[in-house]
Amino acid sequence: MLLIKCPWCGERDESEFSYAGEAHIARPLETEKLSDEAWADYLFMRKNPKGAHREQWLHAAGCRRYFNAERDTVSYRISATYKIDEKPPRDQSRNQS
Amino acid sequence: MSRYSIFSLVRNALSYHENWSAAWRSPEPKAQYDALIIGGGGHGLATAYYLAKEHGMKNIAVLEKGWIGGGNTGRNTTIVRSNYLWDESAHLYEKSMKLWEGLSQDLNYNVMFSQRGVYNLGHNLQDMRDIQRRVNANRLNGIDGHVVSAQEIKQAIPEINIDQGCRYPIIGASFQPRGGVARHDAVAWGFARGADRAGVDIIQNCEVTAIRQENGVVTGVETTRGAIKANKIGVVVAGHCSVLAEMAGFRMPIESHPLQALVSEPIKPVINTVIMSNAVHGYISQSDKGDLVIGAGIDSYTGYGQRGSYSGIEHTVAAICEMFPMFKRVRMNRQWGGIVDTTPDACPIIGNTPVKGLYFNCGWGTGGFKATPGSGWVFAHNVANGEPHELNRAFALDRFVTGFLIDEHGAAGVAH
Repeated sequence: MLLIKCPWCGERDESEFSYAGEAHIARPLETEKLSDEAWADYLFMRKNPKGAHREQWLHAAGCRRYFNAERDTVSYRISATYKIDEKPPRDQSRNQS
Repeated sequence: MSRYSIFSLVRNALSYHENWSAAWRSPEPKAQYDALIIGGGGHGLATAYYLAKEHGMKNIAVLEKGWIGGGNTGRNTTIVRSNYLWDESAHLYEKSMKLWEGLSQDLNYNVMFSQRGVYNLGHNLQDMRDIQRRVNANRLNGIDGHVVSAQEIKQAIPEINIDQGCRYPIIGASFQPRGGVARHDAVAWGFARGADRAGVDIIQNCEVTAIRQENGVVTGVETTRGAIKANKIGVVVAGHCSVLAEMAGFRMPIESHPLQALVSEPIKPVINTVIMSNAVHGYISQSDKGDLVIGAGIDSYTGYGQRGSYSGIEHTVAAICEMFPMFKRVRMNRQWGGIVDTTPDACPIIGNTPVKGLYFNCGWGTGGFKATPGSGWVFAHNVANGEPHELNRAFALDRFVTGFLIDEHGAAGVAH
């Protein structure tokens, strides 16, 4: 069972949260000019790294706010959580660009 | 290597079964092959087998980072069925079903394929409407199946709880009589032996660390056991396909999740069919050994750890206990997880990639086991000819650009 630290509420049990996918995917600007390839990349393509992963979580049974987390996808250890508008913590991993 | 038969059994009995030859060799990798298959699970071994058998390619190797069938092939709940909604997937899974029906004879290896039927339960009106639609679509595609009522289910499976007062009452189900189970280890071993007999080198403990290419054409791989050249490379690595795609320099619409299963202590025969419920995320059958084989849902977060969450176990066991109250006193023996590669439309990706000569077969998500022979059969065609077979053309990677998705979430769900 994961123990996840919500940036607003503190540490809570995994069962209070919903997973919300890869973080820091910005919706493209000028979508009317976007190619099909660029749409596919935005909508469907994912990093899916083996190692450090920045991802979104929703504290569904708590404050109901989204936040970001950096989690190792092999050990599942969460190294940091931070608010949506904050910059990710200094990167120590090999898989993030 | 001898053919298995009653005569070989008698002959070996005379020497106290001490002289059986190994089912496959463990050769050193050569410097060059005509084709390489990365991934020695069921799908990879089936691909190698059909490449040798159907396309006459003998100088090929299967590279496996661990041991044969040590990944998802040995971690699933062994269910085989072909009752998918859309034409594209129905044709693909039905091809696989037809291969299953002759597989033990074809491989000269007993894969213990048992067509004991598969029930997919419905718990509300909308479930039943979807089931009726799917069964009608199946029958139009020549796939067997019918809709059964709660009373008919109770008649076939007396232990099931069809009380309409519980949280998720069982209202009815679809039933595919030709569905069933097969012994998953035997499937891997049978394809490995069959491929080896046809001359394929199966190289275990050989992890691919880089994919070499020149001007957009694949030329070989780097592995933990040295560099190997090949102009045709098929990648069949399930949960790790994003890792391999990154080596080759392109992105995949894949997210890898842990999916778990558990088995109980062995008990006397109690369930002679397969019962699945997408809605409550529980499915159950009984192995020949007597243990109840129970499959759970995927964990919501991505992960490469081959284990599942405790909340997942709790959720599934609660569903099973509601369906079968008598199992509340059965103790669970083992629990494990596998890494499944899920796609946005719950359908696999089989075909060419942006790199010439490099082919991917992945994205089977939670339900790849049933497709093992069919997947290998179409992928062998794709690797041998450099272009897809009619059966896998719709499953190309570029469907995520063109928008021709095949939405199988209804028939695939998490319950396989």
